[in-house]
Amino acid sequence: MSDPMRIRLQSQAGVTTVKVLMSHEMESGQRKGDDGKIVPLWNIQDVSATLNGKVVMTAEWGGGISKNPFLQFAVKGTKPGDKISLTWRDNRGDSRTDEVIVS
Amino acid sequence: MNNSRRNVLKKSTAMAALLLQTLTQCERVYAYQQNAFDAKTIADLNKSLGLNLPLESSQITINTPEIAENGAVVQVAATTTLANIRRWIFVVEKNPVPLVAIFNLSEDLLPSITARAKFAQTSDFIAFAQLADGRVFYGKREVKVTLGGCGG
Repeated sequence: MSDPMRIRLQSQAGVTTVKVLMSHEMESGQRKGDDGKIVPLWNIQDVSATLNGKVVMTAEWGGGISKNPFLQFAVKGTKPGDKISLTWRDNRGDSRTDEVIVS
Repeated sequence: MNNSRRNVLKKSTAMAALLLQTLTQCERVYAYQQNAFDAKTIADLNKSLGLNLPLESSQITINTPEIAENGAVVQVAATTTLANIRRWIFVVEKNPVPLVAIFNLSEDLLPSITARAKFAQTSDFIAFAQLADGRVFYGKREVKVTLGGCGG
């Protein structure tokens, strides 16, 4: 089980800025380990964000995203009590979903 | 006798498992645009994503550091005043895998995205913006890297 995402929200005039820090190794599949062998690719492939269950953003990531990925985006038309949820899934089939409420 | 029968059984189960794995993998590749992440050049990338002749646009603003001491973590941000953007495609031109990320935006999103990318070496960061009508524009900016992000 992976560590929870850290999600920060900032709301102003119905626009909520979402900042997310995920906890993931994000192996690029290019790097060589101590044994001289290439460390296999291990990365988050799919990310999606929903507002009250409706998908507002999806993303596809490669190994070029940094370790412990940071992501920032802004959702329009939000109001206090709205639920923003984020999900990621990696190439090993692990996934994680975290949810926050707009205040 | 019995032994060989057992072996056959074992092998066929293994085969079935393998087949199933290949099938599920194929399915995943379909959802996730693996061929785009396999592309080694911008031209291949544009072809695999079916992007129509991208044009450079001054309406795309890219925010990146001029110099990155550590190529492993470089904050990259893109925003645009173009209307109806549906997709951002983030590319680090000189990385072994140039495509870093694709973001599909709904109408409920502001057209600004920030992420952190690895830079193998000094390279242009290019952000392609695909609009609802299919037109593609891009903006780019060079990031000087003093220490690479994906070396061996």
